[in-house]
Amino acid sequence: MTYDVIIIGAGVSGAASARELSKYKLNVCVLEKAEDVCAGTSKANSAIIHAGFDAPEGSLMAKLNVRGNEMMDELSKDLDIPFKRNGSLVVCIHKEELDGLKDLYNRGVANGVKGLKILSREEVLELEPNLSDNVEGALYAPTGGIVCPFILNIAMAENANVNGVDFRFNTEVETLKRKDDGLWHIRTNNGEYTARYVVNAAGVHADIFHNMVSAEKIHITPRRGDYCLLDKEMGSHVTHTIFPQPTKLGKGVLVSPTVHGNLIVGPTAIDITDKEATATTQEGIDDLISKASLHVKDLPVARKVITSFAGLRAHEDHHEFIIKELPDAPHFIDCAGIESPGLTSSPAIGEMVAGIIADIEKPEKKENWNGKRKGIVDPKVMTLEERNELIKKDPAYGNIICRCESISEGEILDAIHRPLGARSLDGVKRRTRAGMGRCQAGFCSPRVMEIINRELGIPMEKITKSGGSSNIVLERTKAMKGDE
Amino acid sequence: MLSYDIVIIGGGPAGLAAAAAAKKAGTDSILILERDHELGGILNQCIHNGFGLHTFKEELTGPEYAYRFEKEVYDLGIEYKLNTMVMDISADRIVTAMNRTDGMIQIKAGAVVLAMGCRERPRGALNTPGYRPAGIFSAGTAQRLVNIEGYLPGREVVILGSGDIGLIMARRMTLEGAKVKVVAEVMPYSGGLKRNIVQCLDDYGIPLKLSHTVIDIEGKERVTAVTIAEVGPDRKPIPGTEERYTCDTLLLSVGLIPENELSRSAGVEMNPITNGPVVNESLETSIPGVFACGNVLHVHDLVDYVSEEAKRAGENAAKYVQAGGKGSEGNEIKLIATDGARYTVPSTINVNRMDDLLTVRFRVGAVYQDSYVSVYFNDERVMHNKKRVLAPGEMENVILQKAKLKDFKDLKTITVKIEKD
Repeated sequence: MTYDVIIIGAGVSGAASARELSKYKLNVCVLEKAEDVCAGTSKANSAIIHAGFDAPEGSLMAKLNVRGNEMMDELSKDLDIPFKRNGSLVVCIHKEELDGLKDLYNRGVANGVKGLKILSREEVLELEPNLSDNVEGALYAPTGGIVCPFILNIAMAENANVNGVDFRFNTEVETLKRKDDGLWHIRTNNGEYTARYVVNAAGVHADIFHNMVSAEKIHITPRRGDYCLLDKEMGSHVTHTIFPQPTKLGKGVLVSPTVHGNLIVGPTAIDITDKEATATTQEGIDDLISKASLHVKDLPVARKVITSFAGLRAHEDHHEFIIKELPDAPHFIDCAGIESPGLTSSPAIGEMVAGIIADIEKPEKKENWNGKRKGIVDPKVMTLEERNELIKKDPAYGNIICRCESISEGEILDAIHRPLGARSLDGVKRRTRAGMGRCQAGFCSPRVMEIINRELGIPMEKITKSGGSSNIVLERTKAMKGDE
Repeated sequence: MLSYDIVIIGGGPAGLAAAAAAKKAGTDSILILERDHELGGILNQCIHNGFGLHTFKEELTGPEYAYRFEKEVYDLGIEYKLNTMVMDISADRIVTAMNRTDGMIQIKAGAVVLAMGCRERPRGALNTPGYRPAGIFSAGTAQRLVNIEGYLPGREVVILGSGDIGLIMARRMTLEGAKVKVVAEVMPYSGGLKRNIVQCLDDYGIPLKLSHTVIDIEGKERVTAVTIAEVGPDRKPIPGTEERYTCDTLLLSVGLIPENELSRSAGVEMNPITNGPVVNESLETSIPGVFACGNVLHVHDLVDYVSEEAKRAGENAAKYVQAGGKGSEGNEIKLIATDGARYTVPSTINVNRMDDLLTVRFRVGAVYQDSYVSVYFNDERVMHNKKRVLAPGEMENVILQKAKLKDFKDLKTITVKIEKD
């Protein structure tokens, strides 16, 4: 089938572009090599909505960061995305570096960030009593926020899908070429696709596709960031997102509450070559523990960690977003070098990508486009009566599957059966939080497997953690084989 | 609102024994709340034998042992709700629970017995570096998959941690045709029972490497290899001692954590060593009328001791309800664990309320050979029991006589310690 637009990658950039393009009368398809949306960089990051004082003045990064941040209020309401403006603080712990705060402040003002304020030691300690005793002052950004990165990505994709965008999972683009028919021919492991436009939103792999079609090469370095996620007991240790002062390598190790009440510590910044190497290292974890403790005191990372993980930022050599139609590859739109603040910028990235195509193509808008999405219900915020009403309607909401996060079977069924529904344990986890608590799925994983097996008819041996060969169980036990 | 004299949270071995004991002690209005679809708790997946040697003087499997107590509960006509998750316990003993048919219900309890058991420490809590592929299981999850669901979680296995479930699973996986390549234990001693090391590892030629830990996990989708290394006294890996094992599975048996979310939200005072509630001689927590027993109180090595402890909790809960919710007067004697003894259960004793004989349980923090378990009343040593071996994997106890406590003038503290001579 020939599409008007094919988007490579179902991360936040791809999903946001898909949703924006779904407003038009265009046939759009997203090709994703993983088995689900939100499977690469988008799933492993700081989950921060940055205010926008960090990116260089006049850069595309700065512009899209501030725009993306502004869009979050409405977007999170429209798409039912857990989002909170908790405010962020860049903390200075060396008197001689106080000038750096002023520089950041000025850059923020130039970038159009609202409400920035430089706080004295006393003022900042009043806001955050658990900051280091060495704190000298801080830059306060009230527009900084925290978001569920999974739901941001999933919600935009779901909404795009509801508005007509096709998604093809387990579909890895191998080569692509614009032929004389004026169409892009995209060869994948699942056959050939053709499209009039291609959006390259392939994250750390975006340079590969860019370099296939353009003489002007780019280079993306996977920059690994290790993180530790701490128990909810630590979730209110700080209430704002705490940054150190930025360095050349990035914004440094932050300490922040998450929108679900955990505490996140990270990331490190380690340049690697393998674009899939999301393994944490002991040095990385040790490094982030020591760095985090410089700014926040009494931080028992080692004792309160419930999981650690690593994500890869798509760092382009020039540290700038590349979002444009390539001059030597007509109708090929790059969406490359999307590293931090990529998550924040994603709604604005989608807008910009769709704008580029709309400017050339002048497509008609759909009259019946529906930009709203209802998320999976959260019974935890309901009153006893409301909850009983829900259980009466659907008893599955009375059956708790994930003990740590109190997730019911009803929520899991919704995650499986909604548009672009979950098919793996991680898919269920990212949509519902089942398995994301302190026992890390020890209790609920066999139970979630049973539900996936029953609802989707996937044999137990074929159920995966996250697609591919990530099978959980391998075969029947001897005794069961005897029975069958 | 529903109302019961005693509500028991958990229908595993602790909850069942507490319920039966409370009923026999004369309290009729009892409700057990169990989250699984059957009574018996974790014993249902422990299909190996070796349970009940102390209690029944015979070797039973886990389900058989559990059934002895289930049958008692059935015969005594004790009420229970299955598939029911307790969501909250308030300080004034209102229990909020939920299931498919009743919805979310609140139950007023005259007394509450906490019997929620424990859970396994996951990989995340160890902060082990490496990838996060499929094929990493806590030993108990693997046990459930094999014994309850009937699926083999892996064919080539490395086990980290030598807790009892890990040892049992080394044997179980071997019997199912998997190859268990090594068991690595970060401590210089095993956390499991000696008999399990002999019967589950030695008998099958599975090596146990003490002072070793996992330092890397490979595999982007499913585990492909695990690297272990020797650790020094600081438990940090020693460079040059790395050994890489190709495998598809890593089982973790690295500790059990009492499951006390409900106790905490109720405001029960916790013991940071056991991660369980602080209790007095009646196994009553800091909230009057809330009792605790079994692995939610402190992790046991043998279920027989759980049953014995739970029986006392059940009897004391009945006594509390029958006394109209009033405790008796008297001074609290403080128990102190020191010099190798890590904790004691209970933490305090009121002589007026104690039984004629009271078992004080504790664990040691390291392996001791040819040492003494000593008990001091104030500063006077009153017990001095020689032990050939004391190990962290085995629970120890001393038995206190009420008469002796009563006779001792001005008794304020009882200290349990390990002494060389």
